[in-house]
Amino acid sequence: MLEKADKNSSLLLDINDLHVHFPIREGVLHRHRSTVKAVNGVSLKLSRGEVFGLVGESGCGKTTLGRAVVGLAPITRGNIYYKGKSIIGLTGSAAKERAKHIQLIFQDPHASLHPRKTVCDLVGVGLKLHGLAAGYEIDEQVLAILKQVGFSLEHLYRYAHEFSGGQRQRIALARALVLHPELLILDEPTSALDVSVQAQILNLLKELQRDFHLTYLFISHDLGVVRYMSTRIGVMYLGNIVELGATADVFGHSEHPYTRVLLSSLPSLDPDTPPQRQILEGDPPTPIDPPPGCPFAQRCPEVQDRCRSEFPVLVQRGEKTTHLSACHFPHISD
Amino acid sequence: MTSEPLLKVEDLRVRFYTLRGVVHALEQVSFHLNRQETLGLAGETGCGKSVTARAILRLIDPPGRIERGAIHFEGRNLLKAREAEMRRIRGSQISMIMQEPKVSINPVIRVGKQIAETLLIHDKSLNRRSARRQAVDMLAQVGIPDPGKMSRRYPHELSGGMSQRVMIAMMLVTRPKLLIADEPTSALDVTIQAQILELMKSLVREIKTSVLMITHDLGVMAETCDRVAVMYAGNVVEMGSVRDVLKTPKHPYTQSLLQTVPDNANPDQPLFSIKGNVPSLLEPQTNCVFAPRCEYAMNRCVREKPGSYAINDGHQAACFLMVEKEK
Repeated sequence: MLEKADKNSSLLLDINDLHVHFPIREGVLHRHRSTVKAVNGVSLKLSRGEVFGLVGESGCGKTTLGRAVVGLAPITRGNIYYKGKSIIGLTGSAAKERAKHIQLIFQDPHASLHPRKTVCDLVGVGLKLHGLAAGYEIDEQVLAILKQVGFSLEHLYRYAHEFSGGQRQRIALARALVLHPELLILDEPTSALDVSVQAQILNLLKELQRDFHLTYLFISHDLGVVRYMSTRIGVMYLGNIVELGATADVFGHSEHPYTRVLLSSLPSLDPDTPPQRQILEGDPPTPIDPPPGCPFAQRCPEVQDRCRSEFPVLVQRGEKTTHLSACHFPHISD
Repeated sequence: MTSEPLLKVEDLRVRFYTLRGVVHALEQVSFHLNRQETLGLAGETGCGKSVTARAILRLIDPPGRIERGAIHFEGRNLLKAREAEMRRIRGSQISMIMQEPKVSINPVIRVGKQIAETLLIHDKSLNRRSARRQAVDMLAQVGIPDPGKMSRRYPHELSGGMSQRVMIAMMLVTRPKLLIADEPTSALDVTIQAQILELMKSLVREIKTSVLMITHDLGVMAETCDRVAVMYAGNVVEMGSVRDVLKTPKHPYTQSLLQTVPDNANPDQPLFSIKGNVPSLLEPQTNCVFAPRCEYAMNRCVREKPGSYAINDGHQAACFLMVEKEK
């Protein structure tokens, strides 16, 4: 099935026109009333060793996209290829095999770790499930990985509830890394943490990425964090990627109006230079039966007639082949 | 300073007597808030920001106890006020906006009625109809479209941003003199956060209220506050104008905190991180609380607790470096 030896191609993950729709059923007969289009046609390629940042507001589908990759969301249409092989709809041993390659880190370490299990149990469970180690070998391997994330022997048999938020997130990281995966999906890994703890975790994540040559799909709503961590960025809005490109391009020469609004919303740390703020009207629309045309048309400050009827595709608009945006009237700087 | 500050917190100490020991939640907290000013209270989880807010409203429940200090609000010490008096002050003169609007609004009472209720409780002469009318006006003021219709909605029908607007309407309808905002935008998305911050700024100007803004987000602080007090493990470690504190921070903790923010960091270099962990609040504090993690810690720092030293007009820091420099 999946082979770790295949090092020829640099393409690791290939998401092709992915749709994740959830039906809303109501009434006694459970009639299908409407559809939540959480992910609505996303295509994305991740190369080995890169850190791809996925940003967007709550409800834009970034978490669902991450969950779909590890088989936690039902895929309506499209496909996900990992090293050239489709990994959707896997069950049984094939799904178990995928878990060795792709691991997911959740946002809230207070919810994702069982408070009454010891660190050794929590981190070693993967080894046990996959039959990679038994008995004292588990403890040995767990300790080795714990050392990588900054723990020592004295922490091995403590309970998860004894640890602080940042420490728990490191335990969660160790649990994922013990299987030596190649792709880590990090779903808001630091948003439950304070800034000073966040800095420690971000540094650790960068270190681990270099040392283990990992590939990250880094999901976050925090633009500052994503900018610091990622080599490439995708901006999501209402189930679609609206802009995609190298970090410097997306931040420095944003083409899509939504990206520009998002960047201008970021509070500035310098009280003397307040940002030139564009304030959007209203709330983000729900992904329930989105209207035709551009998903951002309802709130876009630069909307025109064409936007309401014609869906903009994610293609190259400016000069760089790597910088794509989905807007009929993009901002192209020359 | 000629006019007396609206709120003056002096040497406040709050402890919680739990089964695991005494939690020293607030040790040395003094600050003042001038009229029509926004003061930011910054710090990380567990530093005592929210306990300070609750102490001002005298909402510290057992096993917590306000041990000493004074909270002067309009010249009156709230810690000496009777409970009936406090009940009149809460909601009408001092209001508080909570972080999670969904949790603090009653889900089974219509939005309009909830706002009107606040008015009726504090103004006995008001009749139901005019209270309802004021509530609808207030909803319009916080930028809720079609306020008449929205006032008949239940809170669960509203989005996060809308609920926070309702919460703001509910808290400002009595035109309080002091508004305590506890992380008002932390649960919101950035574009909605931008809307709410703009709204708060304009309403605060209009109603002429003073704000105590509690937040861990230094960016939000830079944008909304006139002055800032930085807290660490139950102590105010630095206080001054927002420009002084954010641009020329003097306390080593403030300096480190500002450096850990990834927003302007160089991606090729590791982020600055403060070594060690936040101290346990169970230990009695006899020295500088930041000393174990401080780069500049001197012998004196582990022996005695620093007082607050003035740097210039209005800018002060609780650090011995301030006195050493003068010598």
